[in-house]
Amino acid sequence: MTVTTEKPLVQIEGLHKYYGDHHVLRGIDLAVNQGEVSVVIGPSGSGKSTMLRCVNLLETISAGRISVGGELIGYREVKGRLHDLKAKEIAAQRREIGMVFQRFNLFPHKTALQNIMEAPVQVKGQSKAAARKRALELLDRVGLGDRAGHYPSQLSGGQQQRVAIARALAMDPELMLFDEPTSALDPELVGDVLNVMKDLAKSGMTMIVVTHEIGFAREVGDRLTFMDGGVVVESGDPREVLANPQHPRTKEFLSRVL
Amino acid sequence: MDSRQGSHAAPVLNKAVPVRHPGRWISAVVILGALALFLQSLVTNPNFRWDVVGAYILDTKVVQGVAWTLVLTVASMVLAIILAILLAFMRQSENPVFRWSSWVWVWFFRGTPVYTQLIFWGLIAVLYPKISAGVPFGPELFSVDTSTVVTATVAAILGLGLNESAYLAEIFRAGLSSVDRGQMEAAEALGMGKTKIMWRIILPQAMRVIVPPTGNETIGMLKTTSLVLAVPFTLDLTFATNALANRTYLPVPLLIVAAIWYLVITSLLMVGQHFIEAYYGKGVDNRAPAINPAAAKAAAAGAPSADAEPALKMEFPGEDSK
Repeated sequence: MTVTTEKPLVQIEGLHKYYGDHHVLRGIDLAVNQGEVSVVIGPSGSGKSTMLRCVNLLETISAGRISVGGELIGYREVKGRLHDLKAKEIAAQRREIGMVFQRFNLFPHKTALQNIMEAPVQVKGQSKAAARKRALELLDRVGLGDRAGHYPSQLSGGQQQRVAIARALAMDPELMLFDEPTSALDPELVGDVLNVMKDLAKSGMTMIVVTHEIGFAREVGDRLTFMDGGVVVESGDPREVLANPQHPRTKEFLSRVL
Repeated sequence: MDSRQGSHAAPVLNKAVPVRHPGRWISAVVILGALALFLQSLVTNPNFRWDVVGAYILDTKVVQGVAWTLVLTVASMVLAIILAILLAFMRQSENPVFRWSSWVWVWFFRGTPVYTQLIFWGLIAVLYPKISAGVPFGPELFSVDTSTVVTATVAAILGLGLNESAYLAEIFRAGLSSVDRGQMEAAEALGMGKTKIMWRIILPQAMRVIVPPTGNETIGMLKTTSLVLAVPFTLDLTFATNALANRTYLPVPLLIVAAIWYLVITSLLMVGQHFIEAYYGKGVDNRAPAINPAAAKAAAAGAPSADAEPALKMEFPGEDSK
């Protein structure tokens, strides 16, 4: 992939989301550069997960535009009019975007290895041997080289989440989305997952991370965005925002979580 | 008892006098007594005519009847399962025409008696004497007599299979909707297409919910095949034994012959179901947890709650920080 420094990899402009009459996102703007780790924090119900899910179209976009790698997500624009993309085209866009869920969502009827091999073989048409080799490398990378044959039910939450990260990485995405990846974990298991994410960040992966882990934001984040009530309240360098929040709502939120 | 307080000596195991259960002994005596009386009657009552049962159990007509009953059961269940998967997928489709057609199909075939449907398929040649393909209101491409295509066997399989598909469609629908929504999202996020998600991710997980009631339906179908004389189809087990009974004036022993064969087939089907359930339960039912030997020992030695709470503690030795 060619590195273009001028244009951000992810550009969210004026994003709105309605569930019926419920106005969840009220005009979000967010840009993430190539190789950047963008951390999004905020109270529950602030719309941060919804925003993340819009990026790979797990939620429809009510208003606004999202583009990844210069490509408009979910639509084609012809003569100023938006046309919905076909299911196949949407699937193709999602292949470039890895997603890690709060509840892991591993396929319970497949082993760790089979979970990781599934999409490369079935979607990208890789040979089983090649996919297997890559999957074993990824399992090693997330520290679970000895768990290839285990089913998700035989793994702890932290191990499951690391397999889920490996599964997303197997598609070689240009962007990784993390939707509260450590919120469902026992406290002593959080560290392993965060370590994997830190390694990933160091390797230059572009990441949008919705989380409550303020320490992770401070240590790894290139940008911190605080959302509340469906809008971006404050955004900037994580260390600055955390040390010196400008907006009273940011101050109040940080005082409760720090 | 608190091991943290450091006594390394093995604990003295409690030896309590167990609670007595006189009710169990009394009920066992009553039931075994009744069973003995029944078995005695089987042997001593000459009206059972075990000699006739023995003479006809492997009769050519009976064995052929067993084979035809199996053919009808398997063929109509295969047809029903294929249709049911299709109907269940259509029911979940975003296409409203598919959803609606699926609903109407289930409504019709579940809402009329299978006996009526079997008679109807038997009469299809009266209703449509010829099956032809061509342009509507235009030229005909080819044409065949209905009675040569829809033979009694085909009519019986269609009648049983189509009726069953409506019931199975509901079972499959329940199975598909039992799979966690997150599975669909995870597969979508990986860029998988709808068809692959259904076949590779959702359906295999739904099978855990689908297989037990489908096994039930298969055993039900085995016995429903005895209704095919409505078509009329006259080679199945019930018809064969009834015909022999009418010829010999010995209904009881030939009913026993039929019952024995139905029980044998049902038992075989149950074995098959067990293996199918084990297959689709992998990753969920066969957790094969590493039993913590210390905990197991403690539980076995300890309180009566050892039965209620098996010591299936899972170990996660690999939860090491990197």
